[in-house]
Amino acid sequence: MNFLILILIIFMGCKKAPPHKEKGHSLRLAIHTEPPTLDARRATDTSSVAVIRMCFEGLMRRVQGEGPQLALAEKVKISDGGRVYTFYLRSAYWWDGAPIKASDFEKTWKTILSPNFNSPFASELFILKNGAKAKEGLCSTEEVGVQALTDWKLRVELEHPVPYFLDLIASHSFLPVPQHIAGAHPDWAENPKHFVGNGPFKLVKWHRHQDLVLKKNNAYWDKDAVSIQEIRLSIIHDETTALNMFEVGEVDWAGNPLSNLPPDAAQALAQQDRLHTYPISGTYYYIFNVQQEPFNNLNLRKAFTLAINRREITENIIQSKQQPATSLVPPTIWDISEPFFDDNAVEEARRLFELGLQEQGYTRDTLPTITLTYNNAPTHHKIAQAIQDQWYRALGVRVELNNVKWETFYDDLNNKNFHVARMGGVASFNDPLTFLDLYRNEKGGSNFSGWSNPRFNELLEEANQTTNMVKREALLRSAEKIFIDEMPIAPIYYYTGTYVKQPYVKSVQLSELNEANFKFAYLDNR
Amino acid sequence: MISYLCKKFFILLTSLFLVATMTFVLMHIIPGDPFTEEKAVPEEILKAMYKHYGLDQPWYVQYGHYLKGIATFDLGPSFKYQGRSVTEIITEGFPVSFILGAEALLLAFGLGTIAGSIAALKHMKWQDNLVMILAVLGISVPSFILATFLQYLFAMQWDLLPVARWGSFAHTILPALALAALPTAFIARLMRSGLVEILQQDYILTAKAKGLSKFEIIFRHALRNALLPIVTYLGPLATAVLTGSFAVEKIFGIPGLGQWFVMSITNRDYTVIMGTTVFYSALLLLCVFASEFLYTLIDPRIQRSDKRVRA
Repeated sequence: MNFLILILIIFMGCKKAPPHKEKGHSLRLAIHTEPPTLDARRATDTSSVAVIRMCFEGLMRRVQGEGPQLALAEKVKISDGGRVYTFYLRSAYWWDGAPIKASDFEKTWKTILSPNFNSPFASELFILKNGAKAKEGLCSTEEVGVQALTDWKLRVELEHPVPYFLDLIASHSFLPVPQHIAGAHPDWAENPKHFVGNGPFKLVKWHRHQDLVLKKNNAYWDKDAVSIQEIRLSIIHDETTALNMFEVGEVDWAGNPLSNLPPDAAQALAQQDRLHTYPISGTYYYIFNVQQEPFNNLNLRKAFTLAINRREITENIIQSKQQPATSLVPPTIWDISEPFFDDNAVEEARRLFELGLQEQGYTRDTLPTITLTYNNAPTHHKIAQAIQDQWYRALGVRVELNNVKWETFYDDLNNKNFHVARMGGVASFNDPLTFLDLYRNEKGGSNFSGWSNPRFNELLEEANQTTNMVKREALLRSAEKIFIDEMPIAPIYYYTGTYVKQPYVKSVQLSELNEANFKFAYLDNR
Repeated sequence: MISYLCKKFFILLTSLFLVATMTFVLMHIIPGDPFTEEKAVPEEILKAMYKHYGLDQPWYVQYGHYLKGIATFDLGPSFKYQGRSVTEIITEGFPVSFILGAEALLLAFGLGTIAGSIAALKHMKWQDNLVMILAVLGISVPSFILATFLQYLFAMQWDLLPVARWGSFAHTILPALALAALPTAFIARLMRSGLVEILQQDYILTAKAKGLSKFEIIFRHALRNALLPIVTYLGPLATAVLTGSFAVEKIFGIPGLGQWFVMSITNRDYTVIMGTTVFYSALLLLCVFASEFLYTLIDPRIQRSDKRVRA
């Protein structure tokens, strides 16, 4: 089947440039699932976030190459050593004509933090003073550190200074919800009749599981910067179908961040010079279960990590211009020109492996069978097979592959029912803390390895308390060093996004957080 | 007749109850839950979500709610697609799958019976061989391969039809063809074997001896009996085809019901799993019921033999 797709793509590459089937000024995109909700407070998936980004504007907006820029906020004042932010809102309107008030933000955030409100990513707001406490019901939401001083002045108080706060606040979790609508129509975010936003584009049609149509929002405060008149999103679950539609000119864009390209297509598209890539703040890695034999042994963890040939994987298997990873924090966040260890250090791996075996009292024959668990997806499977082979060649150990369904994968991880498992993380804000924080707590949500280190936690805590950016980075780097020295994970590669687009689509901004910004996009010569 | 139908209807309800119960049990046995995300969700937030959806209650309370929901046709809200009820999902998806399925079914029934009859009448000749080769292909080539192939030829190479999506009649042609292949092949084979056997029966010989025309022999005497196995097959076939196919709907980007059967399980969207399963079983049982009813119309002996057993 994969071979078939490959052949098709190669043949299609030989065809002439596709005709444009629909004329006009609309940008046609393939999106891989129906957005489950357009309520930013509840959204968790890329489809929902992509549409929400088009329809909403927050206090700040991330602009490629420039970091967070003022959006609905006209001015920000930072006081009390970086603990208090005062945002001055510009005069702007929801698309139904109602003014956007500071209280829209206050109420939205307080709702997210109220114990009864169902919001999966509420923890992103725990940074607000009393945020976590309010969610647990230990204090009233009235005590949360956000307050509308006037209609256009919002005061935000944080638990501790957060140097990346202006970037964080550009995340979708901090977008405002139209309070005058949400109160009256609880289903506003799923019902296009009541749906109201404030972003560059306005939702006009929503055919369930078929398509969404958005038009330029003329009530948007910065409408002169928006050139695209219409965006049509076709919901196409199948990656190959989306690419086929692109090939015949039925869509203008296929691939990340709104959908995915078929894994087998990357190589052929790259050879035809049609594949576009962009770096994503994310790392693909394997985690070791450090609470169980044999990977409670540091030298064995190191041996298995060093024995991986990452370049072989990025160049021959995934082939989308990924960079081999030798750290947890990716290069999009800070400079990593000095790697923590060498890729494919087989000799060192062998030495550490022998040492580890001795320490644990094993021989090669008595070493328990090691399983590598990953969720069922073609790319994960291929990488696992390659690494299985690399470990066999380097260390003479035959690990078993355990390819499980996505639904049971997390059960296995939560129950520590694994030796080595696939993992990966994409940043939710542009700061090293987004990666390091996961390992702060031994039982923390995503820390499936069971690893913890008091010194590591102290360093993170110190970094949280300091306002000196140089010192902060040094502290966080030391924390990462401790982490990598103890190797609860084996980094493999840093993520990249891949897509194809028609040449007339210009200036779509793609962020390292894997989000697309269509505000400044335009269609050339159509 | 009425008591026969009543009995069947009672069996139908019992089966439905058993299916509903089995679904409930299986769903709670399989690992994973609807709130599994790549990004871990803190414990207190998870608890709040369990409470919100009533998953913190003991199983018998949930089971009670569930049965009550089925009886009152209120299948609850989807966990994944917030603000949308399962009833809405079914009433939106089913008509799409139904249109596509009806096209495929008509195509399969028409083509299948014609091809099967030709094969039977030209038994052991090249026409028979050709139909049988095509039928073997139709049965053995999975629908997703055929769908990809049709999409490549008709949409990409020849640019005759749209690649995917839903909206006009042109959008339905390729998926209907992909869906129809297997049942067409199956019906053709059933038709052929039935007709070949019947054409060797004594009563056909009698008809021939009476000097009836070939047309009359086939249409009045042979076809009617040869259709019986097809009618049996039509019940489950109609259910399967009318509720849509995951693969074909995925490849052609069709907003039908078929994708929900698989997607709801992947998402552990409990209410949607229960809703779609119960809907499917109800439809299946009704179609089987209808085909049995049709059977008694075509061949009254069936009902009589049933009576004889009871006596």
